[in-house]
Amino acid sequence: MSAPHLLAAGGDEFEAPGLHIFDWGPLFSGGPSWLDWLTKPVLIVILAALALIVFAWRAFGNAQLVPRGVQNVGEVAYLFVRDQVARPMIGKDGDKWMGFLFTTFFFILFLNLSGVVPVLQLPATSHIAFPIVFAAFVYVTMLFLSIKHQGFIGYFKNMMFPPGLPKPLYVILAPIELLSNIILRPFTHSVRLFANMFAGHLLLAFFSTVAWWFLVEKLTPAGAGVGVVGFLMTIIMTGFEIFVQSLQAFIFTLLAASYIGGALHPEH
Amino acid sequence: MSAVLAAADSVNGNLGSIAYGLAAIGPGIGVGIIFGQGVQAMARQPEMVNVIRQNMLLGFALTEALALIGFVVPFVHK
Repeated sequence: MSAPHLLAAGGDEFEAPGLHIFDWGPLFSGGPSWLDWLTKPVLIVILAALALIVFAWRAFGNAQLVPRGVQNVGEVAYLFVRDQVARPMIGKDGDKWMGFLFTTFFFILFLNLSGVVPVLQLPATSHIAFPIVFAAFVYVTMLFLSIKHQGFIGYFKNMMFPPGLPKPLYVILAPIELLSNIILRPFTHSVRLFANMFAGHLLLAFFSTVAWWFLVEKLTPAGAGVGVVGFLMTIIMTGFEIFVQSLQAFIFTLLAASYIGGALHPEH
Repeated sequence: MSAVLAAADSVNGNLGSIAYGLAAIGPGIGVGIIFGQGVQAMARQPEMVNVIRQNMLLGFALTEALALIGFVVPFVHK
């Protein structure tokens, strides 16, 4: 299903996959019009949400004092998020935010990992709509908590005029801080996740298209070497992508926790 | 300026890929410095590895954003 889709351009010239590999129409084309919203990314999001619900339910639904089965995995995952993200970034209030951080980390991880799951093979976060919603949620939470804990004036004062600097420096510092905290922060927060998944998916699609084209479609003695390189690179890049996908889910959660921690404790 | 425009006319292929190459220089240097210094810090103070790794990844994420914006802009702004 995906190889003909990638090579839809056809012809005798090799054509690298472009933006069209991200365009997925309705899953049931020609189906009823009320099902048009059900595209492949939407299906992946639903599957990831279900996977997360089932995982959390199995792990924590009937928690025993001596963990067995899935609960072992769940507790290791919980401790990882708590000790690596929540407590260092938010401090002793960190445990109160574990529900949000755990869900964010694993939901984004599942969405990212769908890029290397056979058949799905599309990281849903490579559509910028999903990272934007996550980042906007964190951004609104951050603004709300900042104003609640520091006051409206205090928030902007803490942000733009950190104490202990020479006076003339504030002329430069204040606009930069305002720009980076209010405008650029949600932008980079969402684009970081989106662009990593987007670039990773393009790379994987490119190398697998090279392998398919030079080894299957147009097998020539001269081109076979290129095809073998493409095939090996597909395998290597798949491994690398798994690493990048996990890292990006972790970094997104880490930054979300650091924004929330900064809102709660401006002195750090 | 006209020389730049003339050069842009004579370049074959996508100018966006050249722009991405330029955009990757700075973050490349930055990421190299971050990981180099991070590894050095870990070697000097092995007991602080967790804290160092976390801050290293945070700095890596912030630096890398520039390269990623450079990657996305040619797609968005055609």
